[in-house]
Amino acid sequence: MDNRVVITGLGVCAPNGTTIPEFSDAIKNGISGIRHQPDLEALNFSCQIAGKPELSDERISQYFTPLELRNLNSTGIVYGVIAGLDAWKDAGLAIENNDEPDWDSGSIFGTGTSGIDKFRWAINKIDELEIRKLGSSVVIQTMASGVSAFISGKLGLGNQVSTNSSACATGAESILLAYERIKSGQATKMLAGSTSDSGPYIWGGFDAMKVCTFKHNHEPEKGSRPMSATASGFVPGSGAGALVLESLESALARKARIYGEVLGGHINSGGQRGLGTMTAPNPDAVQRCIKAALQSAGIQAAEIDVINGHLTATTKDALEIENWKAALQLPPDHFPYINSLKGMIGHCIAASGSIECVASILELSEGFIFPNINCEDLSSEIKALIPEKSIPQTLIQQPINILAKASFGFGDINACVIFKKYTS
Amino acid sequence: MNKEQIIEALKTIVQPYSEETSALAHIDENTDFINDLKINSANLVDIILDIEEKFNIEIDNDSMAKMLNVKATTEIIESKLEARAGQ
Repeated sequence: MDNRVVITGLGVCAPNGTTIPEFSDAIKNGISGIRHQPDLEALNFSCQIAGKPELSDERISQYFTPLELRNLNSTGIVYGVIAGLDAWKDAGLAIENNDEPDWDSGSIFGTGTSGIDKFRWAINKIDELEIRKLGSSVVIQTMASGVSAFISGKLGLGNQVSTNSSACATGAESILLAYERIKSGQATKMLAGSTSDSGPYIWGGFDAMKVCTFKHNHEPEKGSRPMSATASGFVPGSGAGALVLESLESALARKARIYGEVLGGHINSGGQRGLGTMTAPNPDAVQRCIKAALQSAGIQAAEIDVINGHLTATTKDALEIENWKAALQLPPDHFPYINSLKGMIGHCIAASGSIECVASILELSEGFIFPNINCEDLSSEIKALIPEKSIPQTLIQQPINILAKASFGFGDINACVIFKKYTS
Repeated sequence: MNKEQIIEALKTIVQPYSEETSALAHIDENTDFINDLKINSANLVDIILDIEEKFNIEIDNDSMAKMLNVKATTEIIESKLEARAGQ
């Protein structure tokens, strides 16, 4: 018999909040975390604004030993460890220095690339014929699995510890991989999440592809405009989101607070066939992914209260909505509420899915729908597809029962998770 | 720099890599980095880099392989310092 899987802990390191209370307040109030970035301006980026978590040295030093801090130059690991450890503590779980690992707990913590600043430093040293000066800190910070390795060492995890990587679908995928592991009885608790580095070396490639906006350098907070008629590309972001997934049995046995349930989900790819390419989604695959997620969760489309979209603020937003509409097949004028967190925090790349899932779980557990910001001028294409009332621009306080979250990534890959409010 | 001074400087260098406060307090020639100070072997290369910086010397791969305890490390530092003074 499959285990039911619930969420018992949340942690976040987002551009608009680095603790759960701060983040929850920010998303309810539509507070933007997008700022002007002097380093991007100095390096002649077209897009000189970005979303970056704000952390003091004092805060960081609560999570790392002085020795670890000495040569630490991987923002993704910093964000991931903070979000991950916070989620663990939020779940009421202890961080102990016990001799034996916790064999029933593991982690799937994704990233796109790890420690890009550290990697740059190492490459420069090697080219300057100073390879012996690298020391021991380069590999552990630049291996893709650095973040899950740091987290598992701090928590003493003895189950599967791995890093998944699937571009912008990474975060949603990490939750589904962790869910499957608990559902099938191979683990009791899994810390799921994802992280993404900050800075010019991670964002540069996107800037060069001209997928980021260059029109809002003078007004950072207005720059990220999902579903707007004046959306002109995404604003890059960074950070991490983390969720403790746990079998319902385990959560009940230890009387843990239950934020919500993972009902099911689906992961697939468009194979870069049909309209799908390395960078564009195959609509058939997106629709199949959403439909398969509903089937996996055992729910009807009409039961969805809220969709947390991928919606990055590029011209593809309307196509995404068209795909949701085609997949859900609801009567005209019936469409769930839909929102995009990217208006407030930008597109946090590999971390986007997990941060957005943390926001989604907060909406379910606290009973609200966060406002879409920067789409006061809704795209006419989108208006032609769904009712305007489905796109709230102010906070709605109301209980919600089922939320669908999807993330789509380069490589023509998709992930869709279905969350449900937990009622005993 | 005499042997005692070198050991004192070494103590400051290895301190961040070890959590064995008692062994650190009683560091002497017979102290072993891995067995007594429980230093992670991966960090030995970092200690060598710190030693190079502190004493302004360069340590070759062969010497590095021997630097597993205070005695051998002190001798290597002494010989490198002498070699430098003789130049």
